[in-house]
Amino acid sequence: MEELLLARLNYWTYIILMMIGLYAMIGKRNLIKKLIGMSIFQSAIILFFVSIGVKRDATIPILKHEIVHAYHEGAHTEKGSAEAKSTSSELGPAPSEPAGRHGNGSLPAIDPQQYENPLPHVLMLTAIVVGVSTLGVALAIVQSIYRECGSLEEDIILRRMELRDD
Amino acid sequence: MIEQFPIFVLMFPLFGAILVTLLGFWKQRLAFPITLIALGGSLFASVETLRATVEAGDIVYYLGGWPRPFGIEFHIDQLNAIVLLVISTSAFLAGVYSKRTAELETPEKTIPFYILYLLMVTALLGITLTGDAFNLYVLVEVSSLTGYALIAMGSRRAAFAAFRYVIMGTIGASFYLLGVGYLYIKTGSLNMIDIREVIHGADLVQSPSIQVAFIFIMIGLWIKMAFFPLHAWLPNAYSFAPIGSACLIAPLVTKVTVYIMIRIMITVFGADYVFGSLPWSEIVSWLAVIAIIAGSIMALAQTDLRRMLGFLIVAEVGYMVGGAWLANQTGLIGSIFHIVSDAFMTLCLFLFAGIVFLHAGVRRIRDMQGLFHTMPVTMFGFTVGALAMIGVPPTCGFFSKWYLINGGIEAGHWGFVIALLVSSLINAILFFRIIEIAYFEPIDAPDHDGHRKTHGHSGTKISEAPMSMLLPLCVAALSLVLIGLFNHEIVVLIKDFLVSAGMPGPPS
Amino acid sequence: MFLPECPGHPVEMDSIQSTIPLLACFVSLAAVVPIVLSSRHPNLREAWTFLAGLVKLSLVMTLVPDVLAGKVIEYTLWEILPGVPIQFRVDGLGLMFALVASFLWILTSLYSIGYMRGLNEHAQTRFFAFFAVALCATLGVAFSANLLTLYLFYEVLSLSTYPLVTHHQDKEARIGGRTYLIYLMGTSILFALPALIYAYIKSGGVMDFSTGGFLADRVGPTEATILLILLVYGFAKGGLMPFHSWLPSAMVAPTPVSALLHAVAVVKVGVFCILRVFTGVFGISFLSGIQLIDIVIWLAALTILIGSLIAWSQDNLKRRLAFSTISQLSYIILGAALLNDRALTGGILHIGTHAFGKITLFFCAGAILVATGKKNVSELDGIGHRMPFTMFAFLMGSLSIIGLPPFGGLWSKWFLILGALDSGRFVIVLVLMASSLLNIAYLLPIVVRAFFKTDSSEETDSGLHEAPLACVIPLMVTAMGSMALFFFPNLLLDLASLLATK
Repeated sequence: MEELLLARLNYWTYIILMMIGLYAMIGKRNLIKKLIGMSIFQSAIILFFVSIGVKRDATIPILKHEIVHAYHEGAHTEKGSAEAKSTSSELGPAPSEPAGRHGNGSLPAIDPQQYENPLPHVLMLTAIVVGVSTLGVALAIVQSIYRECGSLEEDIILRRMELRDD
Repeated sequence: MIEQFPIFVLMFPLFGAILVTLLGFWKQRLAFPITLIALGGSLFASVETLRATVEAGDIVYYLGGWPRPFGIEFHIDQLNAIVLLVISTSAFLAGVYSKRTAELETPEKTIPFYILYLLMVTALLGITLTGDAFNLYVLVEVSSLTGYALIAMGSRRAAFAAFRYVIMGTIGASFYLLGVGYLYIKTGSLNMIDIREVIHGADLVQSPSIQVAFIFIMIGLWIKMAFFPLHAWLPNAYSFAPIGSACLIAPLVTKVTVYIMIRIMITVFGADYVFGSLPWSEIVSWLAVIAIIAGSIMALAQTDLRRMLGFLIVAEVGYMVGGAWLANQTGLIGSIFHIVSDAFMTLCLFLFAGIVFLHAGVRRIRDMQGLFHTMPVTMFGFTVGALAMIGVPPTCGFFSKWYLINGGIEAGHWGFVIALLVSSLINAILFFRIIEIAYFEPIDAPDHDGHRKTHGHSGTKISEAPMSMLLPLCVAALSLVLIGLFNHEIVVLIKDFLVSAGMPGPPS
Repeated sequence: MFLPECPGHPVEMDSIQSTIPLLACFVSLAAVVPIVLSSRHPNLREAWTFLAGLVKLSLVMTLVPDVLAGKVIEYTLWEILPGVPIQFRVDGLGLMFALVASFLWILTSLYSIGYMRGLNEHAQTRFFAFFAVALCATLGVAFSANLLTLYLFYEVLSLSTYPLVTHHQDKEARIGGRTYLIYLMGTSILFALPALIYAYIKSGGVMDFSTGGFLADRVGPTEATILLILLVYGFAKGGLMPFHSWLPSAMVAPTPVSALLHAVAVVKVGVFCILRVFTGVFGISFLSGIQLIDIVIWLAALTILIGSLIAWSQDNLKRRLAFSTISQLSYIILGAALLNDRALTGGILHIGTHAFGKITLFFCAGAILVATGKKNVSELDGIGHRMPFTMFAFLMGSLSIIGLPPFGGLWSKWFLILGALDSGRFVIVLVLMASSLLNIAYLLPIVVRAFFKTDSSEETDSGLHEAPLACVIPLMVTAMGSMALFFFPNLLLDLASLLATK
């Protein structure tokens, strides 16, 4: 049990954060608190994505100089190495990136375990932008609600809206 | 040239939006013509794309020349070519219509309206074109963000409805993103075709992570498409939105989300995985039954025309989800064909609701008295739309019901069959109630002793909406009949798609 | 000469491709445009209706020789479902129905002019326009080559007649129209549509009417019975009890509508569809092997008797005629359900003979309304002195419905009774006899009242006071027509027996 918790600590973290966010979005009556929940919810997912790109003892995904050099030479002799698509069904429970698609015996080995997987991080840059925009639009909407109804509490807003409708 | 059409579909509205932003603030009246040209260009390009797909098979377009699985790929087969055409046609019609609505509803926000409008169309087209699961997420969010803003422009209650939509929409999108994350962990790819190849090639079929990914993606999409019981945000958002926005959002957003669902089921996970390895077909199709019945019954309880239409969309989403989960080819044909027909039906009815609201000041059903006398052409358009919703031949609604019921019988799913029939009946009641109110004289009219007074010609003046509103309605109504009469052409395409995607027809 | 036997000449299936069925069907639809455009010139507008009617009738007439020669005339539009095109095919049954409907349309148009102008009705353009659409749908049903085309035109007919039924747009019309649509749309969606789709699946994508029936031997007996019942009630325009109430409520319509649509087009479309279901979908020989077919026979027999009894109790003249129609329609269903040639011939013949008889009666009811404003039987005392032509035509129509010589109604009943005897069902013979007696009981007293009673409350002199000539001429013509059918039944009989002997 302990092992399960520890081995997938990142999973548990994001699930707990998600639940907190979800609770705030649905359970709270204050619109700003709902938006805070929404932010937490989105951050949880971003955290999850970032965590799956991380590997133990790996470095930033920039190839070391000598490897780049060798790679260029190799590429001249044997261009367009067809990528043998190796998949990752046996990669174990810990999140790790699948074996490199450029793995090719004749070149100096680029060990994918040495580098963090950049792709999830890049994806999350976009996701953060999306999240920020969502938050922006939502806040603008909340502003206009506040201007209309003079309140940020859901129940009060609903009551005032009905009053004005009749 | 031909091979560039897929990107033109997207580029026209995108650059249109940029142009409106740049030129619109200089001369406000340029905004509408630019929008119309952009939408028209996109419509033309999607017609050409469909033609190219029919003639030469699937089109693969690598953005920036990066091949699969590195770059983003546009993969156009019969399914997205059809959906593209639906989106661009319906956006064009709603665009023509928006000239008047923008003037009347949001006079001081015309420029932002057109910018958002074009961006939303871009996003919807992009969703349809893209073959990349993460790219899809971004585009879904772009379409949602523009949608929130377009809705919030509306009446006083619109902002609050839009807020709820933001919350639900974000939850939905996040679930989708989470699902994509799990898929990426297991397959190392974001390209849809690539993912399927990996899942089936590396025998990940039994993997629980893939199942979790599938569930997350489905839940996310169901929230986005307002599948019962995750529908609560939809009726308010659609009925308080400005007419111009509602005419774009209501016909397209749910339908495009259904398209995503089918795309994910068929292209990403594969039909044999979804229907063969997972035990949920039965459950989901029963959920759809509940959605259909509940949506119809709630629609019956509405007094506001647009709210009623909103609940009908909930029921129609049930049609499409149910059809897709019947796990046979005929059901999927019905579901995909219903994307086409429901888009145009909803468009037709929302255009009608807009005309009667803006032009005759009618929001509630019971205030629609005498509309057949004052607005005969408008009511004619509405009647065609209503008949399509009921499913009267030869409108397209009949044929989508035909395939859906056919699929239900083939699957032995009698609950679904009965739900469709009952829903047709409820639609008949709903729409003939409106027709009755609009057609007959008020029930408390004094004159009732045997002979009738002369009315109609002499009593009331005909006062129709301007052509820019009437014409889109008439074209939408006409297209309902044409799609019905030539449904076989569309169905052949859908069938080709399904066969090549591994959904064979019924054994005969 | 007076007892024509079923001519049993062997027929070869020989099909001709021709656009005439298509044109005949759509000429009245095309006429809608000029009708609407000339709405400000009533005479011109009605001229378009007549032109369309004459063209339609002559187009249908040109088909007669070929069909009598045993050929079928086909025209295919395009495929609308896999394996199922929109297709027209003219055979004896369809042609006979088309002839009757398009001939009576012209007369009804003339009558409508007298009636609508006589009562100064509103929205006459709409009236004539939808009438033309309804006729298009009627011919479409008559010429349909498959079940889907049939259903398509059946639905178009339901909807296009709704504005006609609710023409007055008042409270009564609203309620009547509501019942009309709920029954017709409800049954067609709930019963006919699923049955259609099930049949489509079971037949492997074929819906073409064929002599043997496209469903024959593809479904088991239980399935066949369920499908049959679903289809018989799905085409509720046939008025089989208990789904008959739409017909009396549809009597809120102006009388020309009741006359043509609810004595000829709409109700006959219902029974026509049922005939097609028996002959083209299942096939007579396949149905003979199924015991449960008796259900339909007994339902039809019950409808005949109960309909007549209710008709007897009605005071409103049009409602009385409506219930009479319900009972008479089941003659035709009975003719099909008895599953032998002579009964089928009788049933098909009854489409024509009943049409002429019943349209006469409706015309008379309308003429009385136009001339005197009276709607109820009890008010008709002594009316025969003021409207002798009308009431004499009423007598002729009644005699034809009862089935007495020298009127066409005799032949259909004759063949029906022969058919019932052939199948050894003496109870059915008794039912038919009893129904004839009931017909006498509810129709002839009206004539007696009109001619032999004097109206006590009438102060004015009882001079001649007929309806406009445009009303009287059509009803005289149809009355003579039902007499003519007695002396010259051959054309209808030949057409009717084409199907029966196949």
